[in-house]
Parts: sequence; structure tokens; C-alpha cells
Amino acid sequence: MSIENKEEFRPKIVAFCCNWCSYAGADLAGSSRLNYPADVKIIRVPCSCRVNPMFILRAFEKGADGVIMCGCHPGDCHYSTGNYYARRRMTLLFSMLDYIGVENGRTRVEWVSAAEGVKFSTTMNEFVEKIYSLGENVRLGDLRCKN
Amino acid sequence: MYKIKRENLSALFQLIAEKQELYLPIKVAEQVNFAPWIQECVVDLDTLKSVKSPKDIFFPQSENLYTVTQKNKKYTIKQEELQKQNFVVFGMKACDVQGVKVLDQVFLVKPIDTFYAARREHGTIVAMACNEPEESCFCKVFSVDCANPLADVAVWMVEDEMYWKAVTEKGEKLTEQVKELLNQTSDAEQSKLETLKENIHNIVEKLPYMNLSLEGWDGNATEKKFDSPLWDELYKPCLACGTCTFVCPTCQCYDIKDYDTGKGIQRYRCWDSCMYSDFTMMAHGNNRTSQMQRFRQRFMHKLVYYPANNNGMYSCVGCGRCVDKCPASLNIVKVIKAFHKEEDNK
Amino acid sequence: MQELVNRAKELLADGTVTRVLGWKSGDLAYNPEPAYFETAEELDNFVYNGFCGANLSKYMIKASKLEGKTLVFLKPCDTYSFNQLIKEHRVDREKTYIIGIGCKGKLDIEKIKKMGIKGIETISGINTEDDTEVLTIQTVYGEKTCKYSDAMFERCHVCKGKEHKIHDELIGESKDTKDKERFEEIEKIEAMSPEEKFAFFQNELSKCIRCNACRNVCPACSCLKCVFDSNKFDSQQKANVDSFEEKMFHIIRAFHVAGRCTDCGECSRVCPQGIPLHLFNRKFIKDINEFYGDFQAGEDAETNGPLTSFTFEDVEPSVVSERG
Repeated sequence: MSIENKEEFRPKIVAFCCNWCSYAGADLAGSSRLNYPADVKIIRVPCSCRVNPMFILRAFEKGADGVIMCGCHPGDCHYSTGNYYARRRMTLLFSMLDYIGVENGRTRVEWVSAAEGVKFSTTMNEFVEKIYSLGENVRLGDLRCKN
Repeated sequence: MYKIKRENLSALFQLIAEKQELYLPIKVAEQVNFAPWIQECVVDLDTLKSVKSPKDIFFPQSENLYTVTQKNKKYTIKQEELQKQNFVVFGMKACDVQGVKVLDQVFLVKPIDTFYAARREHGTIVAMACNEPEESCFCKVFSVDCANPLADVAVWMVEDEMYWKAVTEKGEKLTEQVKELLNQTSDAEQSKLETLKENIHNIVEKLPYMNLSLEGWDGNATEKKFDSPLWDELYKPCLACGTCTFVCPTCQCYDIKDYDTGKGIQRYRCWDSCMYSDFTMMAHGNNRTSQMQRFRQRFMHKLVYYPANNNGMYSCVGCGRCVDKCPASLNIVKVIKAFHKEEDNK
Repeated sequence: MQELVNRAKELLADGTVTRVLGWKSGDLAYNPEPAYFETAEELDNFVYNGFCGANLSKYMIKASKLEGKTLVFLKPCDTYSFNQLIKEHRVDREKTYIIGIGCKGKLDIEKIKKMGIKGIETISGINTEDDTEVLTIQTVYGEKTCKYSDAMFERCHVCKGKEHKIHDELIGESKDTKDKERFEEIEKIEAMSPEEKFAFFQNELSKCIRCNACRNVCPACSCLKCVFDSNKFDSQQKANVDSFEEKMFHIIRAFHVAGRCTDCGECSRVCPQGIPLHLFNRKFIKDINEFYGDFQAGEDAETNGPLTSFTFEDVEPSVVSERG
């Protein structure tokens, strides 16, 4: 990628947010007029546990440069234990992505409660910043979606 | 006939590759498959069989047909271009060449498959004799002579030299291109070649599968074979994977699918396997609902339906890749033998 | 081997079992196939030797749905898969009679061929009873020899042990074939830079032809319909358009069997392109051991798997980037 293009690079970021905490947290961030970059596209899921590893890979396939998953804090899950399972799954998946050589930091999990509008906004700002520094996702994307 | 020293082969490949794309058996992560030549690749002419047959040079595992893109509610359709550049395939074996002939019968009859036809038109095949055929080979059963490959150019490795003989017009053209590296052969060398061929024929006689009989397998055998209770036994170890069909030089079934790129679709075709549960899936469901039926289809197609439609030509060439690769050690030879045994018992 | 046949005949005769699941001799020196036997005569074709690598637990998924009891011969490593299948209610223990059989490592014909041995007519030294460390191979190009252990599958070099985890009776002796650390290869890859890792896997996975043999042979892949078989899914099954699809397929497959994979090595055994697929599964096993405590799938038929349980103190996913 040339330098001219780099300036134009706008990352595509997918955020999976659980309906009960993080999505409400995003709402709060909005109603509190806290900024977070428009590059983040939120997908609402019933629970962080709903996020299948396939969702994450599919997001990358279709052109995402970073994927973040947000859920209720451990112990606060609307369904009692969903996020505990999600935590194990994501740990293993991220470790596998690291193992096959995908840059560290393209994926992230953050627990955001409905009261944490500020945390949501800072998390997203940080994450977008990170993806900016990593640049375009070339290792985990389908070429057909690039052109 | 011409010859070239073994150590000059890389110069030969370079020379061919300068003028057109060159495909040849290349080793990647311990496995040999046909791939385009590049400067730093590892060419392996000693491994008898590539894992995948070279059919995917003419009939790729997946290829785009056209692309539809959407912009501002306007759709544009762009057809994929046909092969326009000449290319050379080096090192196909006699069975692989026969495999291409089987594909020709399917794709070059009306309605002609233009993608395939363009590749056939622009491709020149340099076929190599098999000096050391292996136990899984049974090309002789299908009248393929592995000592005399019939393609555009035939080549033989004799000691540390390679003999080169142009067979067709395309072959002559290629020979002209590389003439600077070739030397004329002498009469003594001619006879050396004859000895080599004889040696190969002698080895072929010793291989376990070469005397397999195809008796009872022809275009008229549908009734006799189709309802045989033997299929119910034979299919049982089959895992329903597509290994046999994907390594086969003659399997030609494909599927056409759309891929959603987010900005439109790409319509592509890709190899399909009769072993898969969704093979020939239609709106009403599936023609073949059990693995036994799918398993039967593969062998009936190769040994009965295909000969019925193509003047008795079988769509198996005896390369033995399925023998080597089947995870459950099933293969076409076992099927043929099982039917012989059954008929003998009757 | 004769002992196995005799015992199978006895069990068939006294009605304990209605069929036997074992291996039938092939038509080459090295290609026995999994087979069902229902009569004593059929059992004359029974064979058990170094080339009987197939894990018959997978076949038991279907066999235990048939009428009557099935006698199955399981090697030590196959019993792990069987236990795991019981845990997942995929096989019926009541309808299975398990004879645990001895194993001294299984042979990989690809490895023998890679040594340049071709035109194979006969191979001696492959039987479990044979008291030799060397295979003698008759070929049309003359007699060749190779060490038994050089021709063994990778999985046998990291053998989990001689013990059968589940059985009704045992016949035959096993041999300890372990001479390598199980996670050695994984650690080597982990130590690479991201670029090297990526290049390594790209190189290996680019060979994938999406034949699905790894999936279909896997005892843990027992879904009736795989997600990759859905024709509503555009990264489906047979297409092999670009390098992403193989990665997607293999990561998802390995993930789906994570915590359930017993590391039986069947995926690597059947891959026509020789892709070391166990590297994915074993990475998950290593991570599970590190993060959630040592766990061996199939050790027994009851314990909850690591992905179907949790503790409040589990590590956070950020551990991956923090460990550098």
C-alpha cells in the first residue's frame, strides 16, 4: 500500500454487543453525547455467548479490519452464565488466530455494562486507534470482497 | 528426435517460461502438484504422480464465470475473459493425457464449454513416459501405454538425458522455440530409447493390477450391475469424502454458485463430487438419498454410463490416484474385482 | 491375529454379537479396509496388521444404530474416541462389545513411498506379533528395507499410552512407541514471528483441495449435517476459490472439535495432500491445558468438557495479546 492510500485508509470494525449490557452501554454513550468513531458497526446479539467463532471469521472474510466483542461483566450476564462460556471460547479462538499468524490486536473482548457509556466510548476509540496502526486486514479476508 | 542433458532442464524451463506460462510438477510442503513455474520453485520430475491430477490446468477447481457489481442501483455484468495466452504443460503422464481426452468428450461436444475449449486451444502438452510405474497403476487395462505418451510432445528420461520428440503441429512449434537447447539424437540413442520402452513394458507386466479384466463392464451393463446387492456391501467403508473425485483426472462434475461479495455477486463454478450429500441438489430434493446410491453412481458413471455415451470409451484411465489416496482404502479396482468374484460364484 | 478371529467367531456363534466390525484384507500389501462381518466364513478375510490405522469408533456411530450388538476392535487410542462418543450420546454402549487390541504403532504407506520405495509387492514385519523392528519390502525394483518406526504415523510417535480406556476384554500386547513430546511441534510454531507463522500455514493450507476427508473421518465430527454442507452458506464445502476458505474451514473445524478432540490423528492420516492438520487440534489442546488445567478428551465418558464448563476465575481473552 502506498503512502497516499494509507491516509485514506478507514478501517471497518465490527462490534458484537450483547443486548442487555453493551448495547445499552452504546446507547448511553450516544445519549451522553460521547464520541466514538463511525468506523465501528454494531451488531446486536442476545448474549455474548451467541457469538459463534464463525461470526468473527465471517466478519473478517467480508472485509472487516477488526472485530470486537462486548458483553456483560462476568457475573452480570442476563442469562447468568453465558459470558463465562463466551470468555473461554474467545480466549481459544484468539489464541488460534495468533497461532496462524494474524496480527495480535485485531480481535478484542471487552466487558461493558449498561451504565458504562464512557467505557464504551473509550474502548472503541482505543480499538479503532489500534486498528489504524495495524492497517488493513490482509491475512484474513476473502479476495473477492476486496475489489 | 532431439535430446537435452538433465542439468540443462532448468534452462529449458526458463526458456519456455519466457515466452509463455509453463505448468509443471512442483513440490510445495512435501507434496507434488502442477503449478506455474517461477524462478525459485522446486521442480520434481521424479515423483510419478502429482497428488491432484493436472486436469485442473484445463478445468480449474474453481473459476469465475462472471461478476455482477452494483453501484448506485445500477448493475453491471462483466464476463470473465477466455484464455488468450498460450501456455505449456510439462510432465503430464500418459494416463493424465488420456484423462484430458476423456474431458474433451464432455466439454468439447455441443454445447461446447468455451472456457475449457479456450484453454485446450492455447495449451501445449509435453508428456513424459513413466520410467518406474508403481503398484497402484493400471493404465494398461485402459490401453494406455505409459512408455509412449501421446501428446503434443513426448519426452523420455534416458539415464541423464531427456529425449524430446514432437508429435503434433503444436509440438513442432514448441520445439522450434527451444531448439537452441536441443541436440539431434543418433541411431544408437534411438535404440537406447527402444530398450527403455521395453524395460517399462516388462515392469508393467509385473504390476499387480495390470491384468485386471474389464469383462462385463460396458455401456450395456446398466441392468446387470445397477441392482446388484453387492453395492450394499461395497459402499460401507466409504466415508463420503470427495478425495477420489478431486484427485481423479477424469471426474468432470461441477457446481455453479454465487458468492456474495458485499458489492455484488461473483458467479463461479467449482468441482463437485458425487460423494457429497448435496450433489445435484434440486428444489425437490436430492436424486440420490443414500451413500450407497452416491457410491454406485461414481463407478457406474465411469464404467457404464460414460462408455454408453462415448463409443465404449471408459472414463477411468488407470492412474491409481484413488487407490493411493482413499482414506478407507476403497477404490475402483476393488469394485471391479468384487463383481468378478460375485459373477464367478454364480 | 488368529486369536482375534477365533474370539470373534465364538462371539458370533454364541449370539453375543450379531456382527463384527474390523478390517478386511485388501488387494495390495497395504490397503486393508474397514469392514463388517456377519458370518464365520466372512471372517476368513479378517486382517489386523500395521496398516489397520482406521479408527473404527467413527463407524460405530452408524453401527450402533443397527439391530443387535456389534463387536468392535479398538486400539488404545481409538478407545478415547469411543468414550468421547458415549459422552456425546452418539454411540450406544449397550449395543457394543469392545475388544481392546494390541498396537505397536501404525504404518503410513505415504512415508514408505516417500523413501523412494515403489512398486511394492509384499511387506513383511507388519503384523503385531512379528518380532522385528524392520520392514522387508519386496518390490518390482528389488528388495528394500526400512525401520518400522520410520514408517509410523506422526501420531504414534506421540502415543497417548498402551492403556485401553474402555473395553469388555483385551487381546494382544501393545508397545510403547512414544519418542517425541506431544507439543514440541506446536511450541516451535509458537516461537515464530507472525509473518513466519502465516507463511507456514499459508504454504500448508494452500494444498487443501476441500475434499472434506479430514472432517468425514473425524470421530468428533459427528454432526448429521455440517455447517459447511449448507448450500445457503457461501463459503461452503467444495469451493476452493482462494486461500481464505481453507483457513476458515480448518479453523472452524478445529474449533468445533476443541475440547472434544482426543488427538487420534485421523485427520492427518487421511489428508491426501499431507497437511499436518493435527497442528490445529493440538494447539487447542495445549491452550486448554494451559488455561483451564490438563484435560484429555475421552479419558472417561462422564467429565464435562472444557468448553461446556467454566470457572469464575478463568483468564480473560486479552491474555493472548499480553503474553506477547
